[in-house]
Amino acid sequence: MSPEPSQPGGAEIDVAYVAHLARMHLSDEEIARFQPQLGQIVDYVRQIQALDTSDVEPTAHAIEIRNVARADTRREGLSADVAMRNAPQSKDDFFVVPKIVE
Amino acid sequence: MSELLDRSIGDIAALLARGECSSVDLVQGLLHRIDSRDGDLSAYVSVDRDDALGQAQRADKARSEGDHRDLLGIPIAVKDILNVTGQPCTCASRILDGYVAPYDATAIARLRDAGLLFVGRTNMDEFAMGSSTENSTVGVTRNPWNTACVPGGSSGGSAAAVAAGEAVAALGTDTGGSIRQPAAFCGCVGLKPSYGRVSRYGLTAYASSLDQIGPLTHCVDDAARILQVIAGADPLDCTCLDVVVPDYRAALGGDLSGIRLGLPREYFVQGIDADVEQAVRGAIQQCEALGAEIVEVSLPHTEYAVSTYYIIATAEASANLARFDGVRYGLRAPGGKDPIDMYGKTRAAGFGDEVKRRILLGTYVLSSGYHDAYYVTAQKVRTLIRRDFEKVFESCDALLTPVAPTAAYRLGSVSDDPLSMYLGDIFTATANLAGICAVAVPCGFTSDKLPVGLQIVGGPYQEDRILQIAHAYEQSTEWHTMKPER
Repeated sequence: MSPEPSQPGGAEIDVAYVAHLARMHLSDEEIARFQPQLGQIVDYVRQIQALDTSDVEPTAHAIEIRNVARADTRREGLSADVAMRNAPQSKDDFFVVPKIVE
Repeated sequence: MSELLDRSIGDIAALLARGECSSVDLVQGLLHRIDSRDGDLSAYVSVDRDDALGQAQRADKARSEGDHRDLLGIPIAVKDILNVTGQPCTCASRILDGYVAPYDATAIARLRDAGLLFVGRTNMDEFAMGSSTENSTVGVTRNPWNTACVPGGSSGGSAAAVAAGEAVAALGTDTGGSIRQPAAFCGCVGLKPSYGRVSRYGLTAYASSLDQIGPLTHCVDDAARILQVIAGADPLDCTCLDVVVPDYRAALGGDLSGIRLGLPREYFVQGIDADVEQAVRGAIQQCEALGAEIVEVSLPHTEYAVSTYYIIATAEASANLARFDGVRYGLRAPGGKDPIDMYGKTRAAGFGDEVKRRILLGTYVLSSGYHDAYYVTAQKVRTLIRRDFEKVFESCDALLTPVAPTAAYRLGSVSDDPLSMYLGDIFTATANLAGICAVAVPCGFTSDKLPVGLQIVGGPYQEDRILQIAHAYEQSTEWHTMKPER
C-alpha cells in the first residue's frame, strides 16, 4: 500500500460544474443536497488510488471484443413512421427542436 | 387454479400439453392474483389485461392447431427496462413517460418465438440504479414476505411478482447484483449469466460492459429453461459471443461428488448479518454432505470492488443516459430557449435523485483532470479483480458465498444514505466486473422470517455447472417450496 494519494479528493467535486457538463439544470436545493452526498461517495471510491496499478492493463470489457461483420445485404429497419412515433414534437419525418440559430 | 401459478414451468407445460389447463386459464388466474395482491405489493408498473388475454387466446388456438412447442402459452413478467413491441418501456422514469417500444429486445423475440406470453411490466429502480426498488417514479414495491421491507433491487418488481405467485417467471437485468439480490431478498432463484451469454439488444443500457439479462424463477429447473431460450450469439449485439449453448437441463441431476467448491474468505467477514451467515454456513454443510469438497480460497481485491463498480458503472451510465435529451422520445420539458437549454430542463425534470447522482458521479470521474485517477484506475483494478477469479477457478469448480450481507431491510431505512446502500453490493458486483456467471438460490430464513440467498459463482460460460450445483442443493432442501403467507 502506498501512502494517502495526493490526487484531488471528494471535497473538490463541484456539483454545479459537473451538472453543467452533464446538461442537467439542477436547482440550488438539489446542488446543496447532492454536494455532501457525492463528496462522501468520492471520498470512499478514491480508496482504489491507494493500490499500485502502474503495471496493470486496464479492462474495458471482461471478454475479448471483436468486430462482428454481417453479410452486406439489405434488411428491414424501423420505418420512419414507427421511429417517429415516440417523438415529443415532429413535423413530417423530422424531429422538431427549439431554434438553433437566429 | 391458484396453486397452478406457484408450480414450476415444467409442471405447467405438462398440464398445458395434456390439455388439463389452458393458457387463458393461466392468464386469468394471474390477472386475478394481480388484482387481489398487487395493490399491497406494487410489483407491476403496468398490465394490459386485454393484450395478455389476447396473447393467451392465440396460444390456445395455436395449440389446438397442432403447435406443440414446450413453452407455448406460458406467461412471463418483464422488467420495465426491456423493449417489448407495443408495450410501454419506462425504466420507471419520468423521462420515458409515454414511451411505447417500437421493437422487441432479442431476449424477448426469442421468448416470443418459443411461445411465451408477456403479461406485464415489473417495477424497478429507475434505469436499474438502486438496490431496493425505492428509486422508482411509480412508487415502491414491497417484499411479499414482509410488506414493511424492500424487495431488493433493482429487479425488485420481478422478484416480488415471482415470490407472490403474481408471475410464473420473470426477466430481470443485473449490472451489479440486480437479479441476484432481489431474488435472495424475496426467496426465489435469480441467475446472472456470464457477460456475452445473452444479447443486450433492446435492453435500455445502464452500464454496457456490466449489464446482463437473466431469469428470476421459482426453481433452478425453470431458470435453466429460460436461459436455454435467451442464450446465444446475436448479430445485433457484438458483445454477445458465439459460444456453444449447451443443454442446460441435461446438466441437472446427480450429487456433488467430485466437485470442489471454494469459500472466499473475504466474503465471510465482520459486517455480515449473523442470521445470513448461519443460513449460508448451513448451505455449505449441505453441499459438503452432497459430496462436494469445500476449500477456503482468497479473492484479495474484494475490498475494492464497490469503488471499482461505482466508478465504472456510473461512467458508462453518464454516457448511455446522454441519449435522454427530449428530442426523439419521452419527456420534453417546456420553455427551452435553444436545444442546450431544452436538454438541461428536460433532464432535470425527467431524472430522479439517484439517477442524477450517478450521472454526476460518472461525469466527474470522466472529466478532464480526473479521468486517469478515477476511471482508468478503476479499469486497472477491474483487471486485478478479474485475475483474482481466474486464479481461484484454476482450483475450484465454483464458489459459494452469501448474496448480500443482510436480508431485506425496512423501507426507507437506507434510502437517504446512498453510500451505505452501495456497500450492500459487495458480494455481487464482483461477478459483473469479472464477466462471470452467478446464481442466487434460497437457503433459509432469518429469525424475522425473511429469506436468505446462497450465491454460487462460476467461471465464464459455466452456467451449466452452477445450475447443476444449485439444483443439487435446492432439491436436497425445502426452501424453494416455501411461499409467503397471503
